[in-house]
Amino acid sequence: MATQNKVKSIKFSLGKNEIDLLTRLCNAVSVSGDEQKVRQIVLEEVQDLADEVKTDALGNVLVTKRGTAPNRLRVMLSGHMDEVGMMIVKESEDGTYEFRVIGGIDPRQLVGKPVLVGRNLVPGVIGAKAIHMTTPEERKVAIPVEQLRIDLGPGAKVAIGDRATFATKLAVLGPSIRSKALDDRLGVFNLIQLLKHAPANVDLFLAFTVQEELGLRGAKVAAFSFDPQIGIALDSTPANDLPFFEGDEENTHYNTHLGAGPAIYLMDGATIGDRRLVNWLTESADAAGIPWQYRQPGTGGTDAGAIHKTRAGVPSVSVSVPQRYLHSAAGLVRKQDVVNTFKLIHTALSRLDPSILNS
Amino acid sequence: MKNEKTLNDVELMSLIQTLVETPGPSGQEHIIREKIKEMVKGIADETRTDALGNLLCRMGSKKENGKRIMVSAHIDEIGLMVIHVDENGFARFVPVGGINPLTCLGGRVLFMNGAQGVIGAERLEPNVMPKLENLFIDTGATSAADCPVKIGDVCGFERPMLDLGKRVSAKSMDDRIAAVIAIMAMRALAKLPASKRGPNEVWFVFSTQEEVGIRGATTAAYGVDPEVGFAIDVTLTGDTPRAYKRPMALGKGACIKVRDSSFIADTRVVDWMINEAKSQGIPYQMEVLDAGGTDGRAIQMTRAGVPAGCISLACRYVHSPSEMVDKGDLDACIKLTVGLVSKEVKL
Repeated sequence: MATQNKVKSIKFSLGKNEIDLLTRLCNAVSVSGDEQKVRQIVLEEVQDLADEVKTDALGNVLVTKRGTAPNRLRVMLSGHMDEVGMMIVKESEDGTYEFRVIGGIDPRQLVGKPVLVGRNLVPGVIGAKAIHMTTPEERKVAIPVEQLRIDLGPGAKVAIGDRATFATKLAVLGPSIRSKALDDRLGVFNLIQLLKHAPANVDLFLAFTVQEELGLRGAKVAAFSFDPQIGIALDSTPANDLPFFEGDEENTHYNTHLGAGPAIYLMDGATIGDRRLVNWLTESADAAGIPWQYRQPGTGGTDAGAIHKTRAGVPSVSVSVPQRYLHSAAGLVRKQDVVNTFKLIHTALSRLDPSILNS
Repeated sequence: MKNEKTLNDVELMSLIQTLVETPGPSGQEHIIREKIKEMVKGIADETRTDALGNLLCRMGSKKENGKRIMVSAHIDEIGLMVIHVDENGFARFVPVGGINPLTCLGGRVLFMNGAQGVIGAERLEPNVMPKLENLFIDTGATSAADCPVKIGDVCGFERPMLDLGKRVSAKSMDDRIAAVIAIMAMRALAKLPASKRGPNEVWFVFSTQEEVGIRGATTAAYGVDPEVGFAIDVTLTGDTPRAYKRPMALGKGACIKVRDSSFIADTRVVDWMINEAKSQGIPYQMEVLDAGGTDGRAIQMTRAGVPAGCISLACRYVHSPSEMVDKGDLDACIKLTVGLVSKEVKL
């Protein structure tokens, strides 16, 4: 019951404009190391809203938006522009190309998928022998990446080193959004929304980072530039909540649940979340009646892993949108989780007090 | 046996006991940090806590021919973090730092909120090593509702210190024994007349989050901006039945690190340590470690680079709840640390 909430959160929903922006972001091809397509969209979106915009040496877009209230904390938020994908490494026969994966992709996710290759988005497919031609033994094992080919047909204009990604287009499916690259266009999207609705009590340092999927590389230099007092990574994390796991035995390794709200990190492989910030987020969510969940402590990493170790240290935390089928051709998120993630961050920032760092 | 007398000193044993028995896995160093802050009160000329929770203590200020020296001892320990409490109140967990499932079985844990528990295992198949996912913490709860811990709560192992005469055994000797060395060195420095304290500005850093990847020392080193530095940590030994072949052994003196998996100690720093040990007649042994990492790496790699090394204390059964060190080695490490920082450093 909204009237009982101690804090009012911003009104926000995924209307036509928001879905259009998210569609453009998700459909853009931006595999680690060549993020220019998403960078272009980001630059267009932030140009008129920011105090300062700059593209750094690694390709991060660094956006500054200062608040107006006194005693503002310098808060860095990051969302990474890159996505997992593939890279062409060798031309084989008859317009087929050998490739390798960029970032973490399960080889079983590759077979049979339409792909787009290079900046000109040449369409192709990752094929495999038809079932008629395979033995039952062959069908039991995943085909190694080295044996797969992207088939573009003879005479295709692509080069070794060109990147490729799944050809999936974003679709709204009832309460859900299905797309490639929701990891981490949702973070990029929420950063842009934050700039559009910038809280007055903080100085926002928005880092649209590169090469996160290869080891948090962009965030490392972005954090050095910004030299912030607090770091927050906005990302997406697996929801391993499928019915299969919820049979006889209790699923104790769900990571997150779809629809249960933004996932706040306690610890992953790269960062131990600063408890002051974890508590600030959960208290903000509770005060505003925004649903939230902890992301189960475990492995993996976000840009916070680079941010918190910068210079003399930056208290940091991560918040993710739960997503099924992460790092595949088609991930699935709930619209409500995206909205609530934005609301949580906005609400929390709006009530952020510098004294948090003294506790 | 002059050494034994000094080291059976009640003050030292109670200091070790306090430090090893205080819970504080990586990211949860607030209690141990406050205890150490209290212990060095009045000794350090300046103390501050940085953004990652490192305690930085300065002794002396730089005089002619002096250097800014960083000495780092990490105050976090390995532990467990709860990821889920099931409907019957059993808590599943992930490791904080390097945890061996075998040393968990039958273990007792102490949470930061004071809750206690024991570690149990799912049905174990013969000849199959259990994995951490097969283990759980039983807090005595009968349901999720009355379980005293929840997702995100952190515990360390619980095991009282054991004084075994020449040796001492406890959990978290790694690396609370280094904090003991640092504190004893600070006390010894403070007792020296001003003319004997040397020209250096010495920063004793009690660092955080070492066990999860040398994180605290990374930011502390940036903050201190040292000209030379070393870590104090424990190292593995080869002196137990059918152990891996390693030269390090209990009772052979302070270990001077040449390399581990995280860094190669600066040869000038190694020589500095050897010369100091020789000139004072402090027993020492060389350490070449085929594994592991220490805060020395963080010091070496900070900013534009810093000559760095490490003094190690040989330790058996590292990362088990019953690690063991030698009191004579401990004494050697303290003396070597005091000697190094209280004289002009010529690399």
